[in-house]
Amino acid sequence: MSRPIIEVRGISKKYRLGKLGMTSFRDEMQNLVNRFRSKPDPMPSPKREVTDFWALRDVSFDVEPGQVIGIIGRNGAGKSTLLKILSRITEPTTGEIKIRGRIASLLEVGTGFHPELSGRENVFLNGAILGMTRSEIRNKFDAIVDFAEISQFIDTPVKRYSSGMYVRLAFAVAAHLEPEILIIDEVLAVGDQAFQQKCLGKMQQVANSDGRTILFVSHHMPAVRRLCERCVVLSKGLATPPIDVESAIDHYNREFKLGESAHAIDTSSLPRDHGRGRTCKIVHVDAKGTPALSYGDPLNLEVTLECFESVKDVMIGVGFDTMDGNRVLTLDSDTQAAPLTLPRGRHLVNLHLDYMPLHPAQYCLSVAAVSGANCHDILPRFAVWEVITSKHDTISDRGFGGCRLPPSVSVSG
Amino acid sequence: MTTQQQEFEITIRPNQGWLNIDWKGLRDYRDLLILLVRRDFVSKYQQTVLGPLWFVINPVITTIVFTLVFGKVVGISTDGLDPTLFYMCGLVAWTYFSSVLGSTAATFTGNAHLFGKVYFPRLIVPLALAASHLFTLGIQLVTFVAIYVVYHYNGRAADLAPNSLVFLMPLFIAHMALLALGVGMALSALTAKYRDFHHLSGFLVQLWMYATPIIYPLSSLIKKMPAGFEWAAVLNPMTMLVEAFRYSTMSRGTFSYGFYGISLGVSVIVFVVGLAMFQRAARTFVDTV
Repeated sequence: MSRPIIEVRGISKKYRLGKLGMTSFRDEMQNLVNRFRSKPDPMPSPKREVTDFWALRDVSFDVEPGQVIGIIGRNGAGKSTLLKILSRITEPTTGEIKIRGRIASLLEVGTGFHPELSGRENVFLNGAILGMTRSEIRNKFDAIVDFAEISQFIDTPVKRYSSGMYVRLAFAVAAHLEPEILIIDEVLAVGDQAFQQKCLGKMQQVANSDGRTILFVSHHMPAVRRLCERCVVLSKGLATPPIDVESAIDHYNREFKLGESAHAIDTSSLPRDHGRGRTCKIVHVDAKGTPALSYGDPLNLEVTLECFESVKDVMIGVGFDTMDGNRVLTLDSDTQAAPLTLPRGRHLVNLHLDYMPLHPAQYCLSVAAVSGANCHDILPRFAVWEVITSKHDTISDRGFGGCRLPPSVSVSG
Repeated sequence: MTTQQQEFEITIRPNQGWLNIDWKGLRDYRDLLILLVRRDFVSKYQQTVLGPLWFVINPVITTIVFTLVFGKVVGISTDGLDPTLFYMCGLVAWTYFSSVLGSTAATFTGNAHLFGKVYFPRLIVPLALAASHLFTLGIQLVTFVAIYVVYHYNGRAADLAPNSLVFLMPLFIAHMALLALGVGMALSALTAKYRDFHHLSGFLVQLWMYATPIIYPLSSLIKKMPAGFEWAAVLNPMTMLVEAFRYSTMSRGTFSYGFYGISLGVSVIVFVVGLAMFQRAARTFVDTV
């Protein structure tokens, strides 16, 4: 009976790559003059090379009122382009969208904050930029300030705020928008963890109790799983219709498995410091058996060594660092086994874990081959691997980064 | 429910017409316009000691310089008007025009970040600029009137008096805003594509001032025109506007409705062209930054 609140019909978006549009006026004048003189272009490729790039191809889907739809896809799949078109920041090249309701987007919190103005004035200005009227903002002002937890600084210019206060205030304004359709893009990247939980809770409340239609774009699958009923999966500009969350996340992960061949890395020609790799060289690192690294699944790391002479008492160590540089997992071959003695030649060393304890996130990988104080070869942070979510991962939205292992539980007393 | 839904229906499709203006959007975002004006006003004089007094100091000092250089040293005619009042009247009008033009020309480059993140009718920004500079204009006009009144009673300008045209002042100001917005929007669209125009627009404003009767009266410009081509002197729409400011307040100078009509006609054409260029740039700007 009720019509879809958003109807997307055959949307495509073309970008022109290359230098066009970024040339200076002089260059274009020069071209014009040359064309009149019918001279050949003095600046052939690459300067004038223009290629078309289709960020979205014939995307169609419907969203029903009150639905919370996730939009997921790898970087460059067209998510941001789709959001920009939906929020009217840019135009589609072809196609048509009908939106039956007020729409507000939260592409980046704090847009339009002016550093010289007080928190109070910025709440009004930012609210107006996001499409609220002054009387709407006035009604919600106290709730906004409460939510942001900054009531004592509300008349201080925001340039004196800490970055945490700034972000909290910005999110608070956005969270109190009351459009029929809300577009949210990666807001979970803001604030400390407690505040992130609060934001997630607020969004859930908005979604559940107020019957708002929400489009939620995120890389954070646990949040998608918690908030959304259905997801549109984008890949290379093509979109699936809204499908249920589990199959969407499956689809997204499959994408990763197909795309991320980087789990097998030829390390033989990477540069080394201090002439390392002369006695024994790490030539290949591979996560065997699993097309993707997933939380809770077994992990088989295969390190290939090329020994140019026989080496004694070798330990192979693999380290995973978070993207902000903290070592969260170390696998040393000699933790419970004896160090290896390897003759000349090529050897495959397999390191196995039954249960991958790392949270879904990206990690920097380091590998070393060491005999006591003698470091044969070391490759610090030579690759970034993504650990993805899996069926074991039901609760990882409780924290970010680090390890989680399933303990055995018993109750006594 | 259905009626409410239809009320908000928005259709997004490519390449709407050149002059497609989102009237409803402008109305819905009128509070934003007011808040942007407030922001401009507050932020400009935040952390200054003299605050809005700068609105007064600027034209007064320029007037003194002009009076000394062009009045005393060079000795350019002022149509028999007191040089201080002559220069100040022209400068007050010109200051409004050039500051609206200059700030409008930076609409896209100065708001690139904002425009890339949120939708609101882009026209709000130039409109807010034209409105926020009205405060400056108001304060400067009051300063001018104060000096005028003092001069009138101490005898330096005893023979000068406003005439009924002074009631058209709101029209003159609106006309000036229209012209400044037209040129400014055209420049902002050009600047969005070619940053060269950023440098050019400052230069253009400077040259334009000398082409406008600020430091000389229109009568001496008309004298230089070949017979029968006097109207060419008012093809620059600012000419008649500055002259109208002087004539309506002090009843000296050159004013004719015919000339004013030419000026208004040119301004409207400039505005429509500027608006069309602006609207076009607004739709594609985000893809090219």
